[in-house]
Amino acid sequence: MIEQDLKDFQKITQKSLPTFEGLAQGHRACQGCGEVLALRQVMKALGPDTIAVSATGCMEIITSSFPQSAWNIPWLHVAFENVAAVASGVEAGLKAQVRKGKLPEKKICIVATAGDGGTADIGLQALSGALERGHNFVYVCLDNEAYMNTGIQRSSATPYGASTTTSPSGKHSIGQNTWKKDMPAIAIAHRIPYVATANPAYHVDLMNKVQKAKLINGPAYLHIYSSCPTGWRHDIDKAVEISRMAVESRVFPLYEVLDGRYVLSRNVKKPIPVADYFKPQRRFRHLRPDDIAHIQSRVDADWEALQQKVAATNPAPPEPEAGSNKKEE
Amino acid sequence: MSTSSAIIGWKNLSLGCAILEPGSSRKLKTGDWRSQYPVLDKEKCIKCAICYIDCPDLAYSQNEEGYFIADMTYCKGCGICANECPKDAITMKMEEE
Amino acid sequence: MAKRVGMEVSLGVSEAVKVADVDVIAAYPITPQTHIVEHLAELVANGELDAEFIPVESEHSAMSSCVGSSATGARTYTASSSQGLALMHEILYIVPALRLPVVMTVVNRALSGPINIWNDHSDIMSERDIGWVQTFAENGQEAFDLSVHAFRVAEDHSVLLPVIVNLDGFTLSHVVEPFEILDRAEVAKYLPPYKPVQRLDPEHPMTMGAVGIPEVYTEAKKQYEDALVRSKSVVIQAWKEFGDLFGRYYHPVETYKTEGAETLLLTMGSVSETAMTAIDKMREAGKKVGLVRFRLWRPFPFEEFFEAVKGVKTLAVMDRAMSPGGPCGPVAAEVRAALYDQPTRPKVFSFVAGLGGRDVQVSDFEEIVSRAEKYAEKGAPATYDLIGVREI
Repeated sequence: MIEQDLKDFQKITQKSLPTFEGLAQGHRACQGCGEVLALRQVMKALGPDTIAVSATGCMEIITSSFPQSAWNIPWLHVAFENVAAVASGVEAGLKAQVRKGKLPEKKICIVATAGDGGTADIGLQALSGALERGHNFVYVCLDNEAYMNTGIQRSSATPYGASTTTSPSGKHSIGQNTWKKDMPAIAIAHRIPYVATANPAYHVDLMNKVQKAKLINGPAYLHIYSSCPTGWRHDIDKAVEISRMAVESRVFPLYEVLDGRYVLSRNVKKPIPVADYFKPQRRFRHLRPDDIAHIQSRVDADWEALQQKVAATNPAPPEPEAGSNKKEE
Repeated sequence: MSTSSAIIGWKNLSLGCAILEPGSSRKLKTGDWRSQYPVLDKEKCIKCAICYIDCPDLAYSQNEEGYFIADMTYCKGCGICANECPKDAITMKMEEE
Repeated sequence: MAKRVGMEVSLGVSEAVKVADVDVIAAYPITPQTHIVEHLAELVANGELDAEFIPVESEHSAMSSCVGSSATGARTYTASSSQGLALMHEILYIVPALRLPVVMTVVNRALSGPINIWNDHSDIMSERDIGWVQTFAENGQEAFDLSVHAFRVAEDHSVLLPVIVNLDGFTLSHVVEPFEILDRAEVAKYLPPYKPVQRLDPEHPMTMGAVGIPEVYTEAKKQYEDALVRSKSVVIQAWKEFGDLFGRYYHPVETYKTEGAETLLLTMGSVSETAMTAIDKMREAGKKVGLVRFRLWRPFPFEEFFEAVKGVKTLAVMDRAMSPGGPCGPVAAEVRAALYDQPTRPKVFSFVAGLGGRDVQVSDFEEIVSRAEKYAEKGAPATYDLIGVREI
């Protein structure tokens, strides 16, 4: 079924980047924002026949401060926790009207975007409902690992050890003292046809995943790494570099799950130490070597578990596809 | 840009406060935020479009010669382009006071 | 052709939604609303109604889905009650602000706690200021007619606001009544297809739900408040046309035996039918009493209400919701505030009765009238009377 949906899939390459922009210049994102970069790449790949629905959050406020909008496509914001439910309504509204002859038959992609808080915390119920009901839409979680819009408070997607304003490091605190919620696994548990992780440092891979998510009938879930120079306290020119390090350290593996089959998008054979990934981010500055070693062992174990899922669902795993901006060092 | 364009009487407000002009944020010249700006060395540039695709502010566009040039109206000066350029063809320079 | 049926009122509401030919229903089950949505699901399942039925995972998502659906231009319906309505609360304010003509039936039920599934008006009185047009049905025929009327008002281009039709849980929703069901062709004469002024459309991209900065928030609020205030004339005109077509006429404020009355009872919803029996009884006993009911609750029908209570000395307002620590029940508060600046006005006394399904009987109305008349002479307590509470 997925094969049938993807028969018109045309691979984007660095030489054939889409010229379309769903987002316009003049948005109010912070300098060097990794999240708006990811959002821009998503919208480029989706093209003009798209309706976007956003949850409350950074991307909503930086694009829609009346009377100016950074959206070149139709866009709707309602509230924080309900973006998947709003998208469900958009999908059903179009479907019914097309069936009843009130609207012309035309393929329109419906995309819902939310941050990690709007996805893994307050929006989880609405997301689960929409995935379970099987609406034909693309859900994009732009994960910057905390509530950045309200001032860097921890979410369930904040990684272990990160210092935030509500999980501050201190004499009696390591910072965030829980492990990052595995959102893609929750999406996969709904047995939807397509789940993928992506990262704007691997923009060709990201845009191809977006295209697949769009073409595949039924719900698709994309979990996209979105660095935040303000919240993670890294230099404003480092969003892409840190995003790449997240993959190269195996902290944020790139993979896709097609009808339950795991495919690794980038096999990181010689990972950089997690410590190197942490170094440019001052949210991890307080961690001691033994803390980092503890986190490293968890990252290693998670990577091993992912390998096993790939092996278990593939008779012969295909070659990874993603390229990076820079050659492998 | 100031908020003066939001000074609209309620009778003239669009239905449901909708914004009818797509991409009207272009009126907001975010280049004002910049403290440094990118300078391209065309000798080194291979026109690979990495700067274009990695720009969060959509400042880059391709000119007739095929080079990608940042529009200073919108470039916030983050420097991602300079950091990511595979040929080190972009350098960031401080804005003169 | 219209046909006369004996039918459970909930099913009648579903039939009204069917003949209105809705495109999308998003609903979550809650007692006592369930029979409405079950019947709609059945009508969709057996092909009698061509609509998308979204079986959402909560009322919050029900209203959120309605927003998404209505924003595409689809005729959109939901129904809820009590805790479900309260869970929707956040989104309810956003629907009129986006000018989306969603129609909802609220099957009125008490709010927890303690948890209680029976009828009163505490759910809807907590949603007074959401900016929706709100009507109250008294019987099965009204429930059907007001449901059809709701779409007509909501989608009128000078309104474009959501509408709630209130109907009492169990005491109205679950009773079998004889009433007339209109068919699709008849309703089509009254309710034209919805033509959205603006919608989510890639051919004409627009931004809905933008951030309302302080420079524009007040104006955004004023815009839809103005539409709500002006909707009264559309509500009235749509009722008149309904009457001209189908022979049943409705008014924002209904009166019963008010001629020469010195004391009026004020009620809302299905309890009004018991109140009428009480009025008949008291009139027979020579008391100068009458009844006034709000059929239209929002926008508040000032002129019609003033006309209804003209020359009356005492007004006894029966609320079906409390306002703990406040001066009176919510309807009494509205009525007092509305009358305050009138040159002549009745004395208004507040009574709360029928909470959480407590039966309201003819004798309770007699008690209310007698207390109100006593208070008019000798003065009243600062707050309201809770009728029927056991003081032990």
